[in-house]
Amino acid sequence: MLLNQFLLLGALLFAVGVYGVLARRNGVMVLMSIELMLNAVNLNLVAFGVQHDVVSGQVFALFIIAVAAAEVGVGLAIVLLLYRNRKSIAVDEFDLMKG
Amino acid sequence: MVAQNIAFGIIAAITVAAAIGMVSTRNIVHAALFLVAVLGGLAANYVLLTAEFIATTQVLVYIGAVMVLFLFGIMLTRAPIGRIPRMTGATWPVAALSALALGGVTVYALVDRFGTDSLATDSRVFRTADVSDSVFSQYIIPFEAVSVLLLAALIGAVVLARRD
Repeated sequence: MLLNQFLLLGALLFAVGVYGVLARRNGVMVLMSIELMLNAVNLNLVAFGVQHDVVSGQVFALFIIAVAAAEVGVGLAIVLLLYRNRKSIAVDEFDLMKG
Repeated sequence: MVAQNIAFGIIAAITVAAAIGMVSTRNIVHAALFLVAVLGGLAANYVLLTAEFIATTQVLVYIGAVMVLFLFGIMLTRAPIGRIPRMTGATWPVAALSALALGGVTVYALVDRFGTDSLATDSRVFRTADVSDSVFSQYIIPFEAVSVLLLAALIGAVVLARRD
């Protein structure tokens, strides 16, 4: 197997995730796309770990999974709070900080 | 080796198709199901890369816990079940352009740098015991930091979401 086949799959998934974050209006969908990007990075870490014959790639991937779980917990709490205050989670309606 | 390449091709096709389906479907529950397919495909890729513990963790944490969180998020924000008329914002052409540019540059850089490098075929298989040995010796301080981070995130989520 080539190293590049995993790296290219990760790159494609990351690009799709970037599109999702930028284009989707629903706050939950934005969080899902961020998960997609984090997973793409995890695939790269594990592939490089195999390539260099070290266990660190897998350990880093584990840490990213833990951080992603924390991120999605806090992110969904923020989305719920937004919904409670504004009755909407369309991210393009939140422009309070626009000058 | 041929069997592994065929398996990779099938898994990669399913994963990419599900990812594109996730960002293009108009039904938010379908998007969550597409995300399950993507996460499952990645878990299969980890098995191909002999990372058994990461694959197990991926299924337990992502497909098990994170997806339940997402479904609760969809439920609690009372997302309409069924097709949603304006799912993507007006800026989607710019977003597609940015994603294409980013993907193109990344793919070019990867092909240019790594070309046809093979994965090391004689690399060791790191079992769960090896991963845990590494986490609890070399990476013990980051591990403790992650524990504190998870606690902080738990408290933060409760503080943010509770009604008062």
